[in-house]
Amino acid sequence: METVLFLTSVEPDGTLAKPALETLNAALSLAAGLDNAPLIVGLVGDAAQSAANTIATCGAATFLAVTGGDFTSSRYATDAAAAEALAKAAHATVIIAPATSRWSRVMAGVACRLGGRIDTHATAITVTSGVPLITRWYYRQRMVATQHRAQRPWVITLDPGCAEPWNGSAGIAQLESVTVNLPATAKRTTVVGLQSPAADAQTIRPDAKLLFVAGAGWTKKQADGQIHAEEAPKLILDFLKSSQASLGGTKSVVDLSGEGEAVLPFMTHLNQVGQTGATPRHAKGLATCCHGEEPHVVGWRFVNERRVINTDPNCSWTRGKADVVYVADAFAVMRKLNERVAKK
Amino acid sequence: MSTGYHIVVCGSVVPDPLQTLEPIASPAGPALKNELMLPAILDPWASHSLYEAAHLAKQNPGSKVWLVSLGPKAKLQQMMMNIAQKVPFELVALDGLAGGFTEAFEVAFALSDAIQAIPGLDRSRLLVFGGWESASRGAGATLQIIGERLGISDQFQGVDQLTLNPDGTLQVLERIEGGKHQVSTCAGLPILIGWATGNLREPPNNPQIGMANMRTVMPALQRAKPVKIGAEGVTYASVTLPKQRRETKVVKSMSPDDIAKEIATWINQ
Repeated sequence: METVLFLTSVEPDGTLAKPALETLNAALSLAAGLDNAPLIVGLVGDAAQSAANTIATCGAATFLAVTGGDFTSSRYATDAAAAEALAKAAHATVIIAPATSRWSRVMAGVACRLGGRIDTHATAITVTSGVPLITRWYYRQRMVATQHRAQRPWVITLDPGCAEPWNGSAGIAQLESVTVNLPATAKRTTVVGLQSPAADAQTIRPDAKLLFVAGAGWTKKQADGQIHAEEAPKLILDFLKSSQASLGGTKSVVDLSGEGEAVLPFMTHLNQVGQTGATPRHAKGLATCCHGEEPHVVGWRFVNERRVINTDPNCSWTRGKADVVYVADAFAVMRKLNERVAKK
Repeated sequence: MSTGYHIVVCGSVVPDPLQTLEPIASPAGPALKNELMLPAILDPWASHSLYEAAHLAKQNPGSKVWLVSLGPKAKLQQMMMNIAQKVPFELVALDGLAGGFTEAFEVAFALSDAIQAIPGLDRSRLLVFGGWESASRGAGATLQIIGERLGISDQFQGVDQLTLNPDGTLQVLERIEGGKHQVSTCAGLPILIGWATGNLREPPNNPQIGMANMRTVMPALQRAKPVKIGAEGVTYASVTLPKQRRETKVVKSMSPDDIAKEIATWINQ
């Protein structure tokens, strides 16, 4: 009989973040598919009681928590210790956590401590003939596998956006505290804070409906033989402001910014989409001045609807990678598009 | 008194990202079609970590960089032809399977054993580097397990910046959600860093560095220890290419205004 542990951290306001609720739903489905295996909730961080209450009616057999000031921050040593303690207290055979930056940093180490194994970045968790199966991608979203494994405990991290968030009524959860005795070495790292661009300069919006990708073409000489170094960033930023799209870039354009040839100074490696960048999840994507080469397009794997503006009618996007390719000057189109979007 | 840092970079071979990849079934499990024929490169994020390591070593005299790499000997040799001209390092080679369908634990155990066998490695000066995820398995698991095996509990992933302060403390910037960085300080070494892109450009080829590296690379390849790497316990029910291929509509003679109108309508649907 399997025992499923849903493991996550608590937000400072005593809630659970959307990726956590998605993972809870996946864990509940898995437990139900495994002959109604017991599901145990493991929470890390302060305000765990409040968070447990928000999911009190989810059907979990037990609610466990590691609390205290040492476990508020996202830090390897303390998160690993907390996760290890919760897994042992739950006698878990399958441990599911959201693939957020916090848990992605630590769960492989936890699997090692538990003598188990891990599969990360699962995009689906199912049960077939009583066997839990996960789906995950390989070679940066180039091929997809369905797999299962014999080892236990089996740690699985589920990518955000791959399941519906759990949605149920709150209640009063009976929370059991799990004690973790931290060695002094676990506190050598101190989380100082977060560093982010100014609010009006933040171009990465994971929850945006639209991904807007700018390619290196924005930084090249245009039809008039000139580089439009002032107009290009203005057109892009105006569009991002009015559409609230998230900005992505190709490797070549972010490399140009990094090399000081900053036609698009706001473009950083964090914006990079593709083989060595992000694989964001947005419903729609609009690529401009970008050829659609494979190392970039693999980052579009989870963008459902794709449109492209490019002057090259033979660019890679036309080979089955986009829904519509407009053969046009992106500068001219974006000027008009900005007028229309700004009116809305 | 010893000075400088001991920087161990873990990184392996992956197929050149411009290649078309196709999965096939082999007796040992899933593999890539014509895998041995595919040109190989050092994993991109591991490359960044190697450049960061070399940069750090250059700024701190007495430092040394080791590149611990697992892969088929021929692939490692091919990779060295490129990477060995970029930055100085000493290669520690392991001869075994490298690919997306191998098990992170098996790779991590082999690499951590190899790191522990490096003569004269000083834990008090040790930084273990690597890419935060590979371009093959992309699990982000191997480095964490290596850290556990080496007893390093100060681990950071998705790192874009590392600053070593004169007082021995370190500051690390890790990528988190929403285009932000988490800023942490650490009291001292040893430390494990899974690098994202960092801030350094790819170094140009330097034949002198290549010549110096090759004096140690070829013997390291010759004495590469064979290791058995597989995916014990994992059953792949299927490995396929994504089936979706779009019927692309190419619109050639529409005015910018009409295109803008169509895109605006599409965005708002």
